[in-house]
Amino acid sequence: MNLPLSITKNIHDWLFELMSAPIAAVVEMVLIAVAFLGFFALAGLLLVYMERRIAAFFQLRLGPNRVGPQGLFQTIADALKLVSKELVVIDKADKFLYNLAPYFVIVASLMALSVLPFSQEFHAFDINIGVFFLLAVSSIGVIGILLGGWASNNKYALIGAMRSGLQTISYELSVGLSILTIVLLAGSLQISEIIAVQQKGGWFIIQGHIPAFIAFMIFMIAGTAETNRAPFDLVEAESELGAGFHTEYSGMKFAYFFLAEFINMFIIAAIGTILFFGGWLSPFGITESIPLLGVMWFMLKVLGLVFLMMWFRWTFPRLRVDQLLTLEWKYLLPINLFNIVFMAVIVWLGLTINF
Amino acid sequence: MSYFSDIYNGVKTLLTGMSVTGKYFFNARKEIITQQFPDNRATLKMFDRFRGEVVMPHDENNEHRCTGCQKCELACPNGTIEIIWDRVVDEETGKKIKVIDKHIYHLSMCTMCGLCIEACPTDAIKWSQNFSNSSYDRTQLTKVLNKPGSKIMPGVKDKE
Repeated sequence: MNLPLSITKNIHDWLFELMSAPIAAVVEMVLIAVAFLGFFALAGLLLVYMERRIAAFFQLRLGPNRVGPQGLFQTIADALKLVSKELVVIDKADKFLYNLAPYFVIVASLMALSVLPFSQEFHAFDINIGVFFLLAVSSIGVIGILLGGWASNNKYALIGAMRSGLQTISYELSVGLSILTIVLLAGSLQISEIIAVQQKGGWFIIQGHIPAFIAFMIFMIAGTAETNRAPFDLVEAESELGAGFHTEYSGMKFAYFFLAEFINMFIIAAIGTILFFGGWLSPFGITESIPLLGVMWFMLKVLGLVFLMMWFRWTFPRLRVDQLLTLEWKYLLPINLFNIVFMAVIVWLGLTINF
Repeated sequence: MSYFSDIYNGVKTLLTGMSVTGKYFFNARKEIITQQFPDNRATLKMFDRFRGEVVMPHDENNEHRCTGCQKCELACPNGTIEIIWDRVVDEETGKKIKVIDKHIYHLSMCTMCGLCIEACPTDAIKWSQNFSNSSYDRTQLTKVLNKPGSKIMPGVKDKE
């Protein structure tokens, strides 16, 4: 009875039986790339739908509910509309960089997606510096934003892009340090290893109790800031900057920025899930015998955290630039540094809660 | 040290805000205020303060409260109301009094300012809550508010 247990391994073996090793490897890579691209598009559209629907409920509205059952196909219709729209050519823009910018953003979030473990099996790229890679890659996206803002030759876009640079430089620190707190507990940067530790001793948010919870709060705040979402949406700040860095973008290029923003939110939520809520592990190991259900648990936890970020968005007003920097440098950073020491002491004295 | 109390207050107020919006979110099913208009055309009731158009209520004996004093006509800033009136001899007192023949209301000219309703001394006209007033023919927007054959309610008098 191990029929559905190893789909990826079966496909892998079947491919290598069918053709010679190098070709099979290339085909495998292409298959995985297509799968991730498909996931990127689908998840992005679904998240946009979810955001609009949840925003509506927060404001006692209904939200999109006409296209398809419960309006599920609304975002697909929107995407089709965006594909069919004209790509406006800006006269005095730096054409090369202007066209390059959306791809930077997309590639960065796709690369970050590749190391996420959807379940024990669906894990495309399990490197020994997984978390570090995630951190490094997820901050490449800001280059796309900076390029887009600079190359569109527009004041608002430039101000938005510069704000984004400032924001990412400051909040990257907090994300990194709060992840480091958990790495202290896990003793490894490899994602499969981190989850294996949690499988033995319980999720890190319980295992690391107080410091882990503080780290989680800081991670959620800094992660929201990293994705440039409200209340940290100074980058786009509709009321001040038009649309910020993507003011001059139209049609599909705009859609790339838009989708990438939502995928980044998904990635931040996924990192939070892996580090604090045990990734694809089921609560109390209730479905440990069916590894495929890991996908479901992973997605459930991620969507829970995404919902939390949406809750932030529809509750808090936008910060001013100076408030943003005060929050980071005067509050989050010192708390974070103290928290790392706290966590180190707890790990050293063995005060973690282990089941 | 206000530093730590700042952190405490910050976290506390953020959580307060989230609990407020959270309550709205989790009760959203019950209190959605969006009206899905063409679908519920038959059942949709507008709220009391909605200004649809000016109407003149009549009671079951086909009697209204308009004395024909023309105060609404004077109050209207854009000539929406025209009153065609006549003088008849009052049977009780033998005096000549005004009665309305037609109270004409041009909905196409009305800005819904409500000055006529405030000016009316006998509360003869009021707002109705109907909302779908568009038509293909603009003569339909000129309405006679008093019903044919209607009379003034006994006892309603102009304040002299």
